[in-house]
Amino acid sequence: MNKLFFELGRYILFVRSMFFKPERFKVFFERTIHEMNNIGVGSIGIVTIISVFVGAVTTLQTAYQLVSPLIPMKVIGTIVSDSSLLEFAPTITCLVLAGKVGANIASEVGNMRVTEQIDALEVMGINSSGFLGLPKIIAGVIMIPCLIIVANFLMVSGGILAARLTDLMSPNEFIQGARETFKMFTVTVSMTKSLVFAFIITSMSSYEGYFTEGGALEVGEAGTRAVTRSCVLILFADFIIAKLML
Amino acid sequence: MIELVNVNKSFADKQVLFDINAQFEPGIPNLIIGASGGGKSVLLKCMVGLFKPESGSINYDGRDFVHLPYEQVREVRREIGMLFQGTALFDSLTVEENVDFPLKMFGKMTHEERIDRINFCLSRVGLENANKKYPAEISGGMKKRVGIARAIALETRYLFCDEPNSGLDPITSRRIDELLHDITREFNITTVINSHDMKTVYDIGESITFIYQGKIWWQGHRKELDATRAHNPELDAFIAASQF
Repeated sequence: MNKLFFELGRYILFVRSMFFKPERFKVFFERTIHEMNNIGVGSIGIVTIISVFVGAVTTLQTAYQLVSPLIPMKVIGTIVSDSSLLEFAPTITCLVLAGKVGANIASEVGNMRVTEQIDALEVMGINSSGFLGLPKIIAGVIMIPCLIIVANFLMVSGGILAARLTDLMSPNEFIQGARETFKMFTVTVSMTKSLVFAFIITSMSSYEGYFTEGGALEVGEAGTRAVTRSCVLILFADFIIAKLML
Repeated sequence: MIELVNVNKSFADKQVLFDINAQFEPGIPNLIIGASGGGKSVLLKCMVGLFKPESGSINYDGRDFVHLPYEQVREVRREIGMLFQGTALFDSLTVEENVDFPLKMFGKMTHEERIDRINFCLSRVGLENANKKYPAEISGGMKKRVGIARAIALETRYLFCDEPNSGLDPITSRRIDELLHDITREFNITTVINSHDMKTVYDIGESITFIYQGKIWWQGHRKELDATRAHNPELDAFIAASQF
């Protein structure tokens, strides 16, 4: 229990320490753009693959469960689009991004810690947590919601594709089902989740990397811890947001 | 000049530094020597602000580094250059970008002036043709020299070196020693070098501080070393173990 409170306190202090005025705005801006490229553009491939397949599989499995002839097939479009918007796109995508982006950030920062690069920044008088962590958080908070928007479209597209390829229904029928019950509020929930999850992934991974002690083995462990803790926090935050907003 | 007054440092229950009092003068290489685990690196890290001592003061030309407000500590730190044991070069940056880093962060130079300064620093350490290489592509000795170039890029007033010769062959080691010696004299820097290499001590050391079990056991000029060791068994054992 003591360890939990110690970690929580240190995490809060770490996050707070990041929010300082950057030493040189131009350098900070360049770093943020670089991180946006890493996190956003670098993840577009995996997000595309996952989204299309999750949308396709959800469509097929929903169709498998809806066996009653009384239920029109367009309901599948409603279910797939709503569940994609509300849950699958933000949560599944962010769980995957916790693995890809989170491990990358933790190992990068952890490696900088064990090779004294963070000490070098501190000796120069640079706020190392802000210099390393804040661009990643800003980049994540900007790019991950963009990826989630893409994931939303791709999941629905995957669903339409699966329905078309298996002759389940026509794309028009699917889209009609998706549009009939569409509420703008589900997009708000989806975006809220993606913002919170983005913050969790980037801040938790930076934290784990920043406090790495030891050598290569510990850097690997920090990466693993960053992923597992980010995933647990994402699921926890998912529940809280669902309870508060829905 | 750097002056340490009654510096104490502990980790949990274990006290590592005991009432350290010392002075380090500009323009001469000041060496801190002692066995591994004796407190040299902790002392150096206290001096550059990576560890905060429990008590005592560390004065940089009269500015008490330990008790200054954070903003002023950062000002002092910008006058500090440090060569780390593992060089701590930024892996993702080229040699040129590593040297440029402090200039870009804190300097007020134009791009052309920065390029001139980078080239001056790199040529000063004898690395004229490595600008575009990454740290992973250069040798250990070259990395140390890039580390020195980065440390002096901002016209540093205080230079700290943690085991500058570790992992280097004797020839490269000597070149690094000579470089540190020359730079210290040329730019009148207050240079503090952590070392357990007695060859460095005899080659370039002027002011020597011997640390033993977290205490300053002896401080004096290199020329006094041989006379002192006769009645200082700990110092004698340390020097003798280095086959000097």
